[in-house]
Amino acid sequence: MAKNVKVYSTPTCPYCIRVKQFLKENAVNFKDIDVSSDQDAAQEMIKRSGQMGVPVVDIDGELIVGFDKEKIKKTLGI
Amino acid sequence: MHDIIVIGGGPAGITAAIYAIRKRMDLLVISKDIGGQTAWSGSIENYTGYQFVTGPELTSKFEEHMRRYNVPLKEGETVAAVKKIDEKIIVTTDKGEYETKALIIASGKKSRELNVPGEKEFKNKGLTYCATCDGPLFAGKDVAIIGGGNSALDAALQLLKIARHIYMINITSRLTGDPVMMEKVERAEAVSVMNNTHVLAVSGDKVVSGIRIKREGKEEDLPVEGIFVEIGLIPNSDFVSDVSRNSLGEIKVDSYNRTNIPGIFAAGDVTDVPEKQIIIAAGEGSKAALTAFRYLSERR
Repeated sequence: MAKNVKVYSTPTCPYCIRVKQFLKENAVNFKDIDVSSDQDAAQEMIKRSGQMGVPVVDIDGELIVGFDKEKIKKTLGI
Repeated sequence: MHDIIVIGGGPAGITAAIYAIRKRMDLLVISKDIGGQTAWSGSIENYTGYQFVTGPELTSKFEEHMRRYNVPLKEGETVAAVKKIDEKIIVTTDKGEYETKALIIASGKKSRELNVPGEKEFKNKGLTYCATCDGPLFAGKDVAIIGGGNSALDAALQLLKIARHIYMINITSRLTGDPVMMEKVERAEAVSVMNNTHVLAVSGDKVVSGIRIKREGKEEDLPVEGIFVEIGLIPNSDFVSDVSRNSLGEIKVDSYNRTNIPGIFAAGDVTDVPEKQIIIAAGEGSKAALTAFRYLSERR
């Protein structure tokens, strides 16, 4: 079954662009949450990940901070 | 064994890669990321052909250009060591080992750290080295930018639209940098420039809540929720041991991008080339690739 993937990002951060590109290349559907325009989402991300850096990838509730390709692959099982 | 390996995926590395593959060399690019410092830049207004372009936009243009040639790329790998044994150059990364006849080091520079208490603890918890990336998370907040040069000015201009108040904490007696940017920053009401000011510590509980500074012999605490460190850069040249470097750690190259070791070339910000600019790095990358091509042709 497809996993529920969310990406907390800002439009200007290079690793956010990379992580989204990577997901697209691997045909992974995800919800892009722009924390620069959604303050509630920004607060939610900070609270859940305990840090303020983007990107944060949420895969079925498991959070991965930064563009950690290997960890994303493993968690997605691809 | 490859003909050539390029270390780095910034303007120098990508340009070297494009030139190398067009010369039909057996190429491999190894890089931690794509775009290097360019990717982290806000607006770029001095790259010929673009009157205005953002760092991420220019980076995707570079990348698109490189991908057109299907350049073999190992992204997300960090080079740990480079050594030359006889005619063979061995590049060891955190994930593997690669052999090549020629090497171009275009590994660029990285942010210099403050080295004050609290810096490591609060990294990504309010303290960041990338205003472009994390700036938007500080909407409506009071922030401090550490530094007084071009990168600090660039950060200030990006944060002007986002933060409530910006303290620019500058260790020297005045800001230095591009006059156009300096004027904009100095004119902005939301910016207080604090010259001759040192940072002593970063404080907070779970996230940053303040910064301790010292000026005119007096210590004080500024309440800020964000700290952007923009105090310059150091070259990513730790992995080379036999290649000569200058006192700043930059790899010494001649005007043909040759290092002291035959077959090892270097280009861009990691070298002692005067002026660190995207356009210079790109030009240096092309020069290094052409020199490497000639080096390999002479050896066939």
